[in-house]
Amino acid sequence: MAEGATAVAGAVKPRRELDRAVVRFAGDSGDGMQLTGEQFTAESAWAGNDVATLPNFPAEIRAPAGTLFGVSSFQLQFGSQRVYTPGDRLDCLVAMNPAALKVHLGDLKPGGLLIVNTSAFDKRNLDKAGYPSNPVDDPTLGERYRLHNVDMTALTHEALKDLLLNTKEKDRCKNFFALGVVSWIYTRPLEPTLEWIGKRFAKSPTLADANTRVLKAGHAFGETAEIFGEHYTIEPAQMAPGLYRAMTGNRALAWGLLAAAERSKLPIVYGAYPITPASGILEELAMHKRFRIRTIQAEDEIAAVTAAIGASFGGAIGVTGSSGPGIALKGEAIGLAVMAELPLVVFNIQRGGPSTGLPTKTEQADLMQALYGRNSESPVVVLAPATPGDCFFVAYEALRVAVKYMVPVIVLSDGFLANGSEPWLIPDVSTLPPIDVEFRTDLEGFFPYLRDPATLARPWVRPGTAGLEHRIGGIEKQDVTGNISYDPDNHDHMVRTRAEKVRRVAQEIPPTTVNGPAGGEVLVVGWGGTFGSITAAAERAQSEGLSVAAVHLRYLNPLPPDLGHILRQYRRVLVPEINSGQLVRVLRAEYLVDAVGFNRVRGLPLSSDEIHHAINQLLGST
Amino acid sequence: MSTTGAGPAATPKYTKKDFESDQDVRWCPGCGDYAILSAIQKSMPDLGVPREDIVFISGIGCSSRFPYYMNTYGFHTIHGRAPAIATGLRLARPDLTVFLVTGDGDGLSIGGNHMLHVLRRNVDVTILLFNNRIYGLTKGQYSPTSELGKVTKSTPMGAADRPVNPLAFALGSGAAFVARTVDRNIPHMEAMLKRAAMHRGASFLEILQNCPVYNDLAWNVIYEKESKLQYELRLEHGKPLIFGPPDDRRAVIMDGVVPKVVKARDVQESALWVHDETNANAAKLLADLFAPDFPVPVGVLYAVDAPIYEDLLLEQEQRAISERGPGDIGKLLTSGDTWRI
Repeated sequence: MAEGATAVAGAVKPRRELDRAVVRFAGDSGDGMQLTGEQFTAESAWAGNDVATLPNFPAEIRAPAGTLFGVSSFQLQFGSQRVYTPGDRLDCLVAMNPAALKVHLGDLKPGGLLIVNTSAFDKRNLDKAGYPSNPVDDPTLGERYRLHNVDMTALTHEALKDLLLNTKEKDRCKNFFALGVVSWIYTRPLEPTLEWIGKRFAKSPTLADANTRVLKAGHAFGETAEIFGEHYTIEPAQMAPGLYRAMTGNRALAWGLLAAAERSKLPIVYGAYPITPASGILEELAMHKRFRIRTIQAEDEIAAVTAAIGASFGGAIGVTGSSGPGIALKGEAIGLAVMAELPLVVFNIQRGGPSTGLPTKTEQADLMQALYGRNSESPVVVLAPATPGDCFFVAYEALRVAVKYMVPVIVLSDGFLANGSEPWLIPDVSTLPPIDVEFRTDLEGFFPYLRDPATLARPWVRPGTAGLEHRIGGIEKQDVTGNISYDPDNHDHMVRTRAEKVRRVAQEIPPTTVNGPAGGEVLVVGWGGTFGSITAAAERAQSEGLSVAAVHLRYLNPLPPDLGHILRQYRRVLVPEINSGQLVRVLRAEYLVDAVGFNRVRGLPLSSDEIHHAINQLLGST
Repeated sequence: MSTTGAGPAATPKYTKKDFESDQDVRWCPGCGDYAILSAIQKSMPDLGVPREDIVFISGIGCSSRFPYYMNTYGFHTIHGRAPAIATGLRLARPDLTVFLVTGDGDGLSIGGNHMLHVLRRNVDVTILLFNNRIYGLTKGQYSPTSELGKVTKSTPMGAADRPVNPLAFALGSGAAFVARTVDRNIPHMEAMLKRAAMHRGASFLEILQNCPVYNDLAWNVIYEKESKLQYELRLEHGKPLIFGPPDDRRAVIMDGVVPKVVKARDVQESALWVHDETNANAAKLLADLFAPDFPVPVGVLYAVDAPIYEDLLLEQEQRAISERGPGDIGKLLTSGDTWRI
């Protein structure tokens, strides 16, 4: 943490002002770490800080208690300046059990704050974590870190001693003790959490009382116990003025669709089969039937996408969402939408793979799948959001382009964006570009594969329009008439036409934003959820006087028309990705530039440290 | 076509020709699909549905070329997925009349899962399953309805998998309308097509169909004059299960819980099995009857009203709108926990 050491006068204990901090709550899957992290996030947002979060949890719903693989964690960075990432190294780690300590201690900065729930450090849990002896008894731990042993279970029980709750119910409150302690340490307002408790336990006043008491007991413990020497404040961030809310990527994708449904005045049919980490979109949309969003929990991934295609054929907007394994199953159907030239939006919330891979972890390895993962020449538009809040705009844009060009659009989000949240400046929806759909009703000169001269889109006809009855399908069509055609030259023409149609979507792409000098030594090119890490790394390099700029691509197919020119303004091009080098290959192939990749595939976001290091290495190697 | 009545909203009076598209029909000479196409085109005017409100959806296979030959809206999709396409279409456009044309391979093998779910959800589509017990378009491999031991190009020593019974499959999936007809019995086929089309909800019509090239006369038991006389059991609601030539009338009766064929004259009227289209258990027993031990039932096995998927979902939508008003994205974005900077 950057320590601007100004003591705040009047505080009982010395209070120092920081410009940012990185905190991680870690415990057993059943310890409520996700909730604790979310509430701490809400408190920080309420305090006016910029925030970025990283939930990280096991795929097992209730992994065996106390095990290393059952550890669940929630990390966030909050600051008085723009915060682009959840942070690399931790300023503060809360370890609710030995397994959490073992898994996460390595990420804590030397001298960092380590808060340990000693009540969980019994023989059984130590054995499960593989500790031969109790690590908190090892004096070197306290020398390396600012270690605070807190018997949270006992303190929680003490706070609840006169309440009629059983031991298990009391135990379950201890995460709010931890939240109270850390809230005191970083001077967080408790109001958002108290409000949440009131709502969540509206029907069980005893539990509301219990959680409130424990939260406040934790907070008071920080204030009064002798162990914490000081605590911290973080001033509100200088953010664009306006109304903000916390936004996760999955919710933003869903709400982007709602906005598009409202603006286009068309119903949306969303077909999905439950899959991590995409299921949240289906669940969110199912709550908003008033927007004429019709959700189908389909029998499988193929039914999910084909139901969406059937809806598009009917003149609604078909959308489907999944993760990589499901997208693999949808491939043939996406090809049908390419061939039938119907609008279709496909969300891919990427996760670690191949196969089942790492269902709850993030990855960016489905770019090639999106671009090329279907039989034959099957071009589609590919977009990627950069932040959780950006998912709203990208979902809207995907839909707008899909109906304008009569083309499938794949949106590549990822597990990090899906579950991560950021304070999001609520947009004025009237500023969103219009989505004007005109169904063909004119009988004069109608053919199903007539083309708009600007977009090459064929006419969209709603069944029910008298006189325009026609048939479409997956067999190659003669251009214009739409009749089945096996003619070799027609096929070649249609292959080129489908590609050209996607290429023309480049008309929709605004000039590329370059973060940094318009030319120089290194250009860092990224896409998707790595935006924060890349921006932080590039800005740090810039502040060190290095000639570094960054470009983040929203459009991956087609690529921005000005990208080739931009790439040539720098001596070296670095492409950090959470895959083995996919965009870098596209750029090399497309522009004949000697771009190099920086690739880590660990199921985690790239850290800005490692990208910064890669920038320096590239500068040093030239 | 000519329009009846004065108002513009009146459904035009169509003829068969109004449903013929301008495309050349490309099935093999003698294919049973020709008779089915003709019967469907001929039945359409009687449905009273404007032509532009009719959609034919198909998957892949010989039968799936069907939409190209109908002068309605049509979508020839991908193998096995027509039920899911139709589900999405119905949810988007409950005002349309949707037909689904499929075959034994498309509907019961690659698309078996979708068939199960479109039936259990009771989506309002009319499903026409052309069963010729063979793969035609891929040139003669066995299908999921081919008999055990069937010798085909892909099973030179005989098929080792037992066939699925489409009617039993449909009933087991929870279908609320299940019927069977035969491509060589045009009046019956037309009657069944209309019944299936008029039924609200998923209606499943198996059409026994001949593939003259790869599986000729697979249904000969119900084609050949003498054999047909012996084995065809016409199901009619309220009528007893009696079949066979005039001089040898036989009856299907229940012997305990097992169907049994007996001479009709030996059975007292009270012991006859009277067909009841609303009896699910009886329908399941009927679905399993086949020659040579039993007759071949044709007609409506089962027809009841059941809740329709898209009706229920759209009712929910209407309820949400009437209770809380239409969606307003501006309001949604600013709802819940927000803060001002």
